[in-house]
Amino acid sequence: MSHDGTTSRPDIERPESVYFFGTCLVDLFYPDAGMAGMELLKAQGVRVVFPQGQSCCGQPAYNSGYREEALKVARAQLDYFPGDWPIVVPSGSCAGMMSKHWPDLFKGEPDEARARQVASRVWELTQFLVQVLKVTFEDQGPPVKITWHASCHAQREMGVTDEPKALLRQLANVELVELQREKECCGFGGTFAVRHPEISAAMVGDKVADIENTGAKAVVSGDCGCLMNISGALEAGQKPVRGVHIAQFLKERTHG
Amino acid sequence: MGESSINFAKASSAALQDQQLRGNFRRAMDGLMSKRAVQFADTAEWNGVRALGASVRLRALSKLPELLEKLEANCTRNGIQVHWAATTDEANAIVLSIMQRVNAKLVVKGKSMVSEEMHLNAFLEKRGIECLESDLGEYIVQLDEAMPSHIIMPAIHMNTKQIAHLFKQKIKEAEYTEDVAQLTDLARRVLRKKFATADVGVSGVNMAVAETGTLCLVENEGNGRMSTTVPPVHIAVMGLEKVVEKLEDVPPVISLLTRSATAQPITTYVNMISSPRKEGEKDGPDEIHLVILDNGRSGIYADEELRNTLRCIRCGACMNHCPVYTKVGGHAYQAPYPGPIGSILMPQVEGLEKRGELPHACTMCNACVEICPVKIPIVEIMGRLRSEAVHPGDAVRGAGSHASKAEAMVWKGWSMTYASPLAYQFATALLAKLGNAAPTSLPLLKEWTNVRTKPRFANRTLHALAREKGIPDV
Repeated sequence: MSHDGTTSRPDIERPESVYFFGTCLVDLFYPDAGMAGMELLKAQGVRVVFPQGQSCCGQPAYNSGYREEALKVARAQLDYFPGDWPIVVPSGSCAGMMSKHWPDLFKGEPDEARARQVASRVWELTQFLVQVLKVTFEDQGPPVKITWHASCHAQREMGVTDEPKALLRQLANVELVELQREKECCGFGGTFAVRHPEISAAMVGDKVADIENTGAKAVVSGDCGCLMNISGALEAGQKPVRGVHIAQFLKERTHG
Repeated sequence: MGESSINFAKASSAALQDQQLRGNFRRAMDGLMSKRAVQFADTAEWNGVRALGASVRLRALSKLPELLEKLEANCTRNGIQVHWAATTDEANAIVLSIMQRVNAKLVVKGKSMVSEEMHLNAFLEKRGIECLESDLGEYIVQLDEAMPSHIIMPAIHMNTKQIAHLFKQKIKEAEYTEDVAQLTDLARRVLRKKFATADVGVSGVNMAVAETGTLCLVENEGNGRMSTTVPPVHIAVMGLEKVVEKLEDVPPVISLLTRSATAQPITTYVNMISSPRKEGEKDGPDEIHLVILDNGRSGIYADEELRNTLRCIRCGACMNHCPVYTKVGGHAYQAPYPGPIGSILMPQVEGLEKRGELPHACTMCNACVEICPVKIPIVEIMGRLRSEAVHPGDAVRGAGSHASKAEAMVWKGWSMTYASPLAYQFATALLAKLGNAAPTSLPLLKEWTNVRTKPRFANRTLHALAREKGIPDV
């Protein structure tokens, strides 16, 4: 369910191939999470194509008020997803930008129909694993206590709610302790973190305290913006909790 | 950056240092959020009433000019005198002229955010007319010589102890007590005396019904009813967007309003004011005046996207759910309307020169959009205003006033690099090699590393890893 209560999206048939849109943050800072995402898909017998021409969904400029610049970058992506396959994204935020905001961004442009067509094929990774591939995992890791941070855009733009936690709960040796304020923003907000550093610090401070209260050894999330913020604060505060992307965590637990 | 941007950052910084304040907000907002969730636990019911409420507001806005004319005609027929004010100065002048005509010395006020927007108390007090706030929260804030920090709960930034000290200090007959019932009783006694002697009552309006000329006012303390029935003259002030078409539009909006605002199925008092006292009636004022304020709203109305701002029914739920508001509190915004709705409304009402930083007081988390009972696309409007602030145009006053050549160049350079696969891969490969050498003293990195470690560039990009592992390209 998304925030307006509509069901997330209609089911599609299991495709033979998918595109992987890695996102710019994963590209530079969390490539292992990106590789893990692709391997999880491949392990389900799906062929994964990674278009080398891709870069970014355009969100940083879009949210900063530079829509023309965002449009230019978004437009540059359209050529690289020519087949009619789903586009899987290891980030609720970038998936939300493509899926929900591209139609507005391209409104009235000559390539609007094409952008809408690409946008309609975008899936957030965990949503795709659960809803389309209906994966089941067998845990091969040692017992561990973890917690889950829900990304704002995954839940409120992509309608991702229980999918990630459902995947984590499949892991027999993983104890999932929920945060008291799981759905509260961690304070990243793209440029917000540097534009209002003190408010952002207070927000991530509350998030870190919430994580510490669970006694978890790791905080798992599906968005690298949140992870960079939360892990950075955990590290700076020398807290013995590791931040990890859900793709990487699932891969570690199931493929050793 | 504009003048107010510095102020918001400064004021929020001060608020963040105040542990008492942060604790007060955290507790209060956590409580409000969980109580509201109970009211809307039935998702199907929530979706239904929300769709209905949104459609009522949309329909009203779609024929706003016509409905306002109808409202004026029907109010006039009912004996309510209607006045139009283009600006807050005009609205204040209208209120003052009514008061001078009846030689008013004392005014009691029910709660009204539009009167806050007008700075009515200060205006009248300068002219020798005493204004007394009769809503308990507003009364507390007035005693404290402060501004409301929330549109529904004006004194939510204070705890009982702080209020106890304030009462002891400011009310003559007060004995120090932290007993809530005793504190409330004390305020009640002070206010009761004033109601009996006030010359004029001023109130807000939650909704005005065009087809019947009825003013609706919801409240919990009875002070709204006292303010609008005891003094011989009642002046209601409202923003021009508060009109609805029909009487049957009222129940769904009230239900959404009270459940969203205070988690009540309905408030203790629902006032439907339709005329002054008629012959043979025992109570009610001799005169009712309705002041309808524009103050930039017709400009907002002219733009199809921005118009959605005017759907607002002022429930305040967006504040309770905003992770920024709940950290810094309402005063940091230095505006009658704080939080998410204030961050989109104030820049449109007062212009982007003064308020251009407010749309950035937001992580775009969409928590407000998720709970807004009339489905205002708050975050989309936030993004639109960010764009307006840096691009000259005529949709919003002060458009382009925050334009910065340096920032524009950064984004231009960014878009050129990110729109070219060759340039992008070159730049990212370079960052993977050299990015980690960037000193934390660099702007942006400095702000980031205040409470976080430096982000670490990976040795190889995902593009490079995918190539190495033989993942097929298009």
